[in-house]
Amino acid sequence: MKHKTFFWFFLPTGLAMLLFIALPIVSVVIQSVYAPHEAVIIEVENCGPFGCTTETTIDQEATAAVRAAEPLGRFVGLDIYFDRGHLAVAEIKEAWSSTDSLGDFWDVLFNLPFYRALAFTLTYTFVCTPLLIGLGLTIALAVNSLHRHLKGLAIFFSLLPMIVTPLIGSLILFWMIDSRGILGNFISYLADDPDLSLKASTPLMWVSLIVYGIWSSAPFAFVVFYAGLQTLPKDQIEAAQIDGASRWEQVRYVVIPHLMPLVTFVALIQIMDNFKVLEPIIGFQASAHATSLSWIIVNDLGGETRQLSAAATTSVLTILGVAILLSPVLVRTWRDFKAGGH
Amino acid sequence: MASKAQRMPVGLRLLTSGFIVLWLLVAAFPFFWTFWGSFKVELDFFSIADWTNALVGRNTSDTYGTPFTGAGYEGAWVQNEFWRNVINTFIVCVFVVSISLTIGTLGGYALSRSGFRYVIWLLIVALIFRALPQVTLVAGYMLPFFEWNVWGILPTAIIVLVAMNQPFTLWMLHSFFQNIPKELDESAKVDGCTQFQAFRHVIIPVMWPGVITTGLFSFLLAYNDFIVTSLLLSESNRTMVPEIAAFLGTTYTEGNVMFAVAAVVSATAPLFVLVMFFQRQIVSGLTAGAVKG
Repeated sequence: MKHKTFFWFFLPTGLAMLLFIALPIVSVVIQSVYAPHEAVIIEVENCGPFGCTTETTIDQEATAAVRAAEPLGRFVGLDIYFDRGHLAVAEIKEAWSSTDSLGDFWDVLFNLPFYRALAFTLTYTFVCTPLLIGLGLTIALAVNSLHRHLKGLAIFFSLLPMIVTPLIGSLILFWMIDSRGILGNFISYLADDPDLSLKASTPLMWVSLIVYGIWSSAPFAFVVFYAGLQTLPKDQIEAAQIDGASRWEQVRYVVIPHLMPLVTFVALIQIMDNFKVLEPIIGFQASAHATSLSWIIVNDLGGETRQLSAAATTSVLTILGVAILLSPVLVRTWRDFKAGGH
Repeated sequence: MASKAQRMPVGLRLLTSGFIVLWLLVAAFPFFWTFWGSFKVELDFFSIADWTNALVGRNTSDTYGTPFTGAGYEGAWVQNEFWRNVINTFIVCVFVVSISLTIGTLGGYALSRSGFRYVIWLLIVALIFRALPQVTLVAGYMLPFFEWNVWGILPTAIIVLVAMNQPFTLWMLHSFFQNIPKELDESAKVDGCTQFQAFRHVIIPVMWPGVITTGLFSFLLAYNDFIVTSLLLSESNRTMVPEIAAFLGTTYTEGNVMFAVAAVVSATAPLFVLVMFFQRQIVSGLTAGAVKG
C-alpha cells in the first residue's frame, strides 16, 4: 500500500485518536501547572454613626471578569504537584523529622489523600491480578475436563460477571455483602458478631473490594486460558504420560509452560485495568475506607466545585504511574523490534 | 479426552465437578438473587430479621397481598422516568458502534495491508493509548468543552467514546484483516481496481464475522461506560449507568433502594440476552488478541 493511500485510510481513526486521546494529555499537563484565579478582594469602608470600619469583600464582578479573560488560571509551575493534596512534599519532610518510628511515619503518610489512594490502588492491582490468574486457570482446567454439552453452559454463566457493567456488578455484590444483605448477615452470624459491618471496617472493605475485583475479572482469564488449552499439543501430553508423569506433573511441566505467553498477556491487561479501579469504590460507597487515583480525579471533577487543576495534576501523576507499570513491556517490545523478530 | 490414560480417577472427577458447581454458583447466583429480590419490598430484599423472607416475601405479601410486586419497576420507570435514560443509552450505543466500526475498519485494513515500519509504531502507540485510564483524558476535556459550550450533550459523549474505542478496535480488526489473504485484494488491484475499490468490492463482503465481533465489544464499551457519561453529560442527557449512580445518592435517603435495584436489573437484562446469542463471538474476540499475538 502506498503512503498516500495509507494516509487517507488511516486519517479518520488517526484524527480521532489525535484529537481526543493525544491532545487531552497535552491539555492535562498544561492545566496541571495553572491554578484557578484567586478571588479579587476589595476593601470597603463603612462609615456609620459610631465611626468607620473597613471590611474586605470579594468583588464578584472583577473576579468573574478575570476568570473569563484567562480561563486557564494563573501559572504556578509545579506548586500543585507538591501541595498537600498530591505529593505533599512539605508534610512528608515534616513527618520524617518529627515521627519516631517507621509505623508513625506510615500513619502520617496514609492520611495524605494521594498516598492513601496510591496504597489502595497498588494493593488492589497486585493482589487481584495473581489471584484472578490462578482462579481463571483452575476454572479453565476444570471446565476443559467437562462433557462438551456442559461446557457451553459453564462458559455462559462464567461470562456474566465480566460482561456486566462494572458499576452494576459491584452494586449487585454490594447489596449482598452489605450488613443487611444475605452474605453480610451470614458472615456476621459466622463471626458471631451482630455489629459486624462492611461500612465500619477498613480491612473488611478492602477485602470485599478485592473479592469483587477477582470475581469480575477471573472470567476473562478463564476464557483466554480455556482457548489456550484447545491448542495444547496432544503428543506432548502423551509423551509425558509415557514417561510416567502424574496428572499434576503434566499440568506443571506441560500445560503451564504452554500457557505462559497467555499468562503474561492476561497479567498485562489486568494490571492496566486494575490500576484504573473506580466503579467498585463508588458502588460499595467505600470512599471512607478506600480510595483510588481514578476516584480522586472523578471526585475533583464532579460535584459543585470542579477542581480542574487538582484533577489534572492527579491525572498526570496517574499517567506517570501507568508509564512505570508498562515500561518493562515497552522495553521488551523495543528489544524484540531491534533484534528484528516480532 | 477419550483415551483410557486421560480418564480421571473418581476422586479427582468429584473434586473438579464440585469446584465447577461452586464457581458457577459464585458467578451466577448474585444475578438470580438480585432478580428475584427486585420483585420484593426493601424489608424483604434486605431481610435482617429472617433471611427466608427474601425468598418467600412475607413483608411483600403484607404490603401488596402477593409475594411479588412490580413497585420497584414502576418507581424507576414511571416515577423517575428511567425510560429517558434507556433511550439515551440506545442513541449513544448505536452511534458509537456504527461510527467506530466505520473508521476503525478503514484504519485496521490500512494497517494490515501496509508493510512499512510506521505500522508497528502506530500499533504500539495505540496500545499505550489503550492503557491510559480514561478518567485522565476526561480531566483534559473538561475545560475546553466548557469553553466551547459543548459540555453535557450526547454528540460530545459519542465522539469521545468513539475515540477511546479506537485503539482496541484497531488492534482487533488489524489482526482480523491479516487473516484475510492479501491475494484477494491484490488480484483485484491487478484487474484495475483502486485500493478503495478493492476494499469496497472484495474485502467488505468477507469481513463481517470480524466486524461483528469487534462491534460487540464496541457496544459493550459504550453500554458499560461510567466515566465519560457521568462526567460529560448533563443531568437531562444522562444514560442508564450514571442515572443508576445518581439514584444511589437520592434513594438511600428516601428509602427507595428498590428503584435502584429495579433499574439495575433492567440494565442487566440486555447484556444477558447479548451473551446468550453472541457467546461464541465474545469468546473468540477475547481470545483473538491473546492466542494470535
